[in-house]
Amino acid sequence: MVVKLLMGNEAIAHGAVEAGVKVAAAYPGTPSSEILETLATMAREHGFYTEWSVNEKAALETAIGASFAGARSLAAMKQVGLNVAADPLMSLAYIGIKGGLVLVVADDPGPHSSQTEQDTRKFAQFAKLPVLDPVNPAEAREMAKYAFELSEQLLLPVILRPTTRTCHACQDIDLPAGIGKNPPPAGFEKDPNWVIFPSLSARKHIWLNKQQETAGSILGLSPFNRLEIDPGARVGIVACGLSYNYVREALQLTGLQATILKIGTPYPLPNDPVLELFKHVDRILVIEEQEPVVEDQLISLAWQQGLTAPISGKHDRLVAREGEFDVDKVKAIIEKFYGLQGQLGQVTPLPELPLRPPVLCAGCPHRASFYIFKNAARGTEAVFTGDIGCYTLGAIPPLNALDTCLCMGAGVTIAAGLHRVEPGRKQVAFLGDSTFFHSGVTGLINAVYNRADITVVILDNRTTAMTGHQPHPGIGNTGADGHGTTVDITGLARACGVDFVREVDPYDLTAGVKAACEAMNYNGPAVVIMKRECTALVKKDRPYTISKDDCIDCGACVEDLGCPAIGRQDGLPAINTNCTGCGVCAQICPVQAIRRKL
Amino acid sequence: MKSDIVISGVGGQGSILASRALAGAAIAKGLHVLTSEVIGMAQREGPVTSHIRIGNNLSGALIPDYTADYLISLELSETVRNLSKLRPGGTVITSKTAIIPTSVQLGLSKYDQEIYVQYIKEQTEKAIFLDLESLSLQAGNPRAGNVVIMGAFSTCPGLPLQGEQILQAILQLVPERYRNINTHAFELGRQAMEEF
Repeated sequence: MVVKLLMGNEAIAHGAVEAGVKVAAAYPGTPSSEILETLATMAREHGFYTEWSVNEKAALETAIGASFAGARSLAAMKQVGLNVAADPLMSLAYIGIKGGLVLVVADDPGPHSSQTEQDTRKFAQFAKLPVLDPVNPAEAREMAKYAFELSEQLLLPVILRPTTRTCHACQDIDLPAGIGKNPPPAGFEKDPNWVIFPSLSARKHIWLNKQQETAGSILGLSPFNRLEIDPGARVGIVACGLSYNYVREALQLTGLQATILKIGTPYPLPNDPVLELFKHVDRILVIEEQEPVVEDQLISLAWQQGLTAPISGKHDRLVAREGEFDVDKVKAIIEKFYGLQGQLGQVTPLPELPLRPPVLCAGCPHRASFYIFKNAARGTEAVFTGDIGCYTLGAIPPLNALDTCLCMGAGVTIAAGLHRVEPGRKQVAFLGDSTFFHSGVTGLINAVYNRADITVVILDNRTTAMTGHQPHPGIGNTGADGHGTTVDITGLARACGVDFVREVDPYDLTAGVKAACEAMNYNGPAVVIMKRECTALVKKDRPYTISKDDCIDCGACVEDLGCPAIGRQDGLPAINTNCTGCGVCAQICPVQAIRRKL
Repeated sequence: MKSDIVISGVGGQGSILASRALAGAAIAKGLHVLTSEVIGMAQREGPVTSHIRIGNNLSGALIPDYTADYLISLELSETVRNLSKLRPGGTVITSKTAIIPTSVQLGLSKYDQEIYVQYIKEQTEKAIFLDLESLSLQAGNPRAGNVVIMGAFSTCPGLPLQGEQILQAILQLVPERYRNINTHAFELGRQAMEEF
């Protein structure tokens, strides 16, 4: 055994490798991205395949194909990514699998880095698939291994659902010194049961419903649910997933006693441990983040069994459905449940603190792109639709450049929809290179086909930046062995039928504004590719400085760009050590007071 | 033996390296450890906090309010933001340096260094203010503040970790070519504490 510090996502990857995963695919998304990143670093040594897929649907379907050939396979994504992969998942539940298939979906209560706080446990219940909910990185690794076995036992895909606080927590974990070899997959065998038809679905739906009971019985024996009886207590707390940690610590802090039922398999909820809990307590509190998935099942079971112990949780509004929990929140809930007045901390009012919203990095090419299009659109009523990526931050002052943002790829299609209502107004859609491949390209084809007079701006920074710089088809190299085929964005846009395609360097403001004006004046769909590598990936250039003698303090560099490298010193604008030497501010200075340092 | 440590700062300052180093040192000493980090959107100059819990019988990675033994902070206003994590009698080691966000440049919010220093002094029994900016420049890299503050932290009495183990854990996490700068930065942090 070796002890290693592993992040939750790394622990999940280790578990999958120990289980003999053969194919793993993912699309990056916080908090899930490090799962495939870790797998990619282990792939060569352990002889398996990994890929960054163009989107979550492609990732899941790749894993499904591998499973059909008998290989243990894994797909990883964040919770909103599962919405993209919902189509294959719902049907796969009916068809079933051959090689164990584990779908890791990372939820983000808070939310810290997501559009929604949707609960994948609820999604699993909807899809009629078992879901595992880890308490910490060590258990996440155990669950990853177990999930492959469970998947093959049930012939169903199994969902492993960590949350941000497990994905991005690190823990010391005992790892085996070596990992054994697994037998090669059996290969694909032709069979009508792989072809979904309504007649097959009708039969398989009956089978799928029956598997819910089978899964419940199997999960009743899993080590991830545990009843911890406190003989001195008549109160029961059902603690789900990560919340178990908070419940345990809150009880320690308050000195209160309770029998705890730790739940690691929220759907299907096994009956036996729950019925056992009812024998030991007079009333029950269910603590789970997000939706009342376990609570609802508990209430149903109690009703069926004629058990009358009151059940508290989300339905009597003791436990919030929104936001992330912590020890303090759970402590307050438990105190309230026990009818106690919680001790308030020594409250001294805080002084006013600065707002610190996340901002585009110093030298970020997106800042220049937004500046260019804002200038090109000056005096018009143009609407700028946005998308998901670093450039969503273009909505924040002082750029205030984005008017909408909904989900991956939606910027293009929402622009087209706006155009149908206000054809006289210009709609400009902004999306990144990775997002374009993910789901923007379908919107572009739709715009060409239906003749939407919109401008599509592809912010091509040669990476998937926000999630930690993963590659994509426009780069060519893949996450694993480095060699892929590059898909050229200009060629792709032309092949989609776009006649107006321009490629510009956003650092060149004059050329940028010219291309932007031409595109916006063009009649028909136009594409402008703002091509410049992410500033985090390139070496800094020689920095710029502002001449105090020449500066007229017009404030343009500070107030129009909002670059974190430009602040004020002794009242005058000044460039700090964050400067990357992009030179954009020098181009907007009306008196040429900003010059490259000698 | 149990230690709860909060590291706060601004995205990009290297608080994750610091928390990984403490965790690595804990493992080297055979202790259990849990950390929680902020990764994602906030890393773009937003407020970031890492929690590090070292000891036995650990629960979750998040430290409850008013219970942390140490607050280590790479930015002054972020120290104030996280002060409610500290237990009575806990220790604060903070940078004096302000990182003024663009929201302040644009007049959308305020930053008052003197008030923050005053507040920290009033609210804590033991607060150490370090000039991280000049110490890291002295070490040879303006971004070495995270290692300087680790050096300072390593001298705190009663830590479950040894200073040398923290330094070794840092050196294992950084590229070989930065070894000298980081060793120097750690030493400067250690020396700065001797002045208190």
